Amino acid sequence: MSITLTPGPPARRRWRWILTEAGSALLGVVLLIWSLAPIYQMFLIALDPEEGEIEFDGNLWPPEPSLEGFRAVVTQKARYLEDFWHQFGNSLYIGLLTMVLTVLIGSLASFAVGRMRLSKGSLLTNAALLTYAIPASFLIVPYFRIMHTYGLSNSPWAVIAAQVTFALPFAILMLQLYAKLIPFELDDAARVDGASAAQLFLRIYMPLMIPALAVVAVYALLLAWNDYLYQAVLLSVRNMTVSVTQGQLFADVDAPYNAMMAAAILYVLPPIALLFALRRYVVAGLTIGGTGDTRVS
Amino acid sequence: MSSTQRVLAAGQPVSVKGPWRSPGHRHLHGSDFTWAIAFVLPYAAVYVAFVVYPFGYALWLAGKPSLYAELVADPLYLSTVVNTLLFVGLGVNVKMFLALLLSGFFLRRRWWIRALLAVYILPWGVAAAQACVSFHWMLIGELGLVDGVLSAAFGIDGPNWFGGRWIGLGSDIAAYIWKWMPFWTVIFLAARLKIPRDIYDSAKIDGATGYRRFVHVTFPLVANLYLLCTLLSTLWTVGDFTTVYLVSGGGPAGATDVLATLGFHYAFETSRPALGIAAVISALPVLIPIAIVLMRRLQTSEAQL
Repeated sequence: MSITLTPGPPARRRWRWILTEAGSALLGVVLLIWSLAPIYQMFLIALDPEEGEIEFDGNLWPPEPSLEGFRAVVTQKARYLEDFWHQFGNSLYIGLLTMVLTVLIGSLASFAVGRMRLSKGSLLTNAALLTYAIPASFLIVPYFRIMHTYGLSNSPWAVIAAQVTFALPFAILMLQLYAKLIPFELDDAARVDGASAAQLFLRIYMPLMIPALAVVAVYALLLAWNDYLYQAVLLSVRNMTVSVTQGQLFADVDAPYNAMMAAAILYVLPPIALLFALRRYVVAGLTIGGTGDTRVS
Repeated sequence: MSSTQRVLAAGQPVSVKGPWRSPGHRHLHGSDFTWAIAFVLPYAAVYVAFVVYPFGYALWLAGKPSLYAELVADPLYLSTVVNTLLFVGLGVNVKMFLALLLSGFFLRRRWWIRALLAVYILPWGVAAAQACVSFHWMLIGELGLVDGVLSAAFGIDGPNWFGGRWIGLGSDIAAYIWKWMPFWTVIFLAARLKIPRDIYDSAKIDGATGYRRFVHVTFPLVANLYLLCTLLSTLWTVGDFTTVYLVSGGGPAGATDVLATLGFHYAFETSRPALGIAAVISALPVLIPIAIVLMRRLQTSEAQL
């Protein structure tokens, strides 16, 4: 084994350091522009005082920024957005229920399979993953028909059912991987103390799984929040959501674009707020175990 | 002190590899079995009602072989298959590779890189429909932001981003990468944070730094995760409807359609639901093996997402 600790004379090392720093600064700028350009574009249009402006007129900042677009949205004066708060409520309803149901059903199933040593339990995990062999957009036609059979046509519950179905396989996978970190001795000890399976689930499993549950919750909310297809097809006009209204921009050439983009910005806020609120748990959930040095704060 | 408290007081073991299966000699019996069934029941119900039944129904609707003959005869279908392969193949692989490289960049311990990470993951939080609409407008020709900046800064006339098949697909792939790269970067970043420091220290003594460290030390350690994520992402991306539908709209004249948007077009715009299902079901012979490899890999390896 040869030991070569010095990569070169000090001058060369210094040059290398400067190059590395310059390279990362350049990469940082590129990433900043790349990440922010579409978001910046949203603000540029939203802050324009005139309704129909989407052209880029050479100004990197709107000459007369105005909150007119936002005002029209909040007061529901803009065309297409007369029911903005109602639609926002529908989105929130679908998103939150998807989140709660995914966390609940997923944690129950992963507890039974992973902790209770249900024989043939892995069959369930495999069957769940098989769901992804049938991509979400493939099932939209049969869903459209079977929701009628279930009496759910035009109901938000049709969309919730679909989103929960697609969120659960990832949720169960994630929860099972994380649960491997909880020692079985804990369960056995609680058993000796006379805990039932339900107590084990509520008092030991759930509290220790909080980081993984946070990741699953954010994932499920974003899945429902990102959905366009299922909401567009399965919901009636009365139950429409913000996501679908946005897509209808294409139908009309003189839609009130500034208000539309203001609405888009408002719609983007809730998941970002959730991600921010749960960031500590999400980081802990993603860095499962965290052996070695924990360089993340 | 109860035995639970005693175990808790002893602290959590750093690594728990064994106990996953080891105390398996005890079988479930009596009330425990009832509890286990009760816990699994909600998911089983969801699975039967919203996976098995609709899937069976779809197969029954699209069972007629004549539908597939009709598909193959449609030139639009063949170009759509090529588009789907390109969109998924390029989109997923470029995204994953860049995400892996960038996760290394975000490992650097600088305050500004940490702040940049917060900005970088924003696209993950921006809803897909809104992001795609914004991308569409940014690229909408000479009125769009990109061409506007190109002509203002360099005096070049930018291309018409949705004018042709290849450039339209390229725009779709760019929007797709923008939206989904942050999520996978965070997954890889989390995995690389778990690599113990001493491995790098001994690699350094052996002379492995920079590029060689990445190829011979880091990559072998995350290779399995990389493969799993790529397979999972492939399955998800084949079902991606929003990106193509809202960025290029499948245009010009269906030249950039992928299977997901073509199926939608058949089913809801030309009212041929069976043909729509057939179009998307034709991808199953590729997707099911991918799902099976994914399941096998997850079972046999010590994979951790």
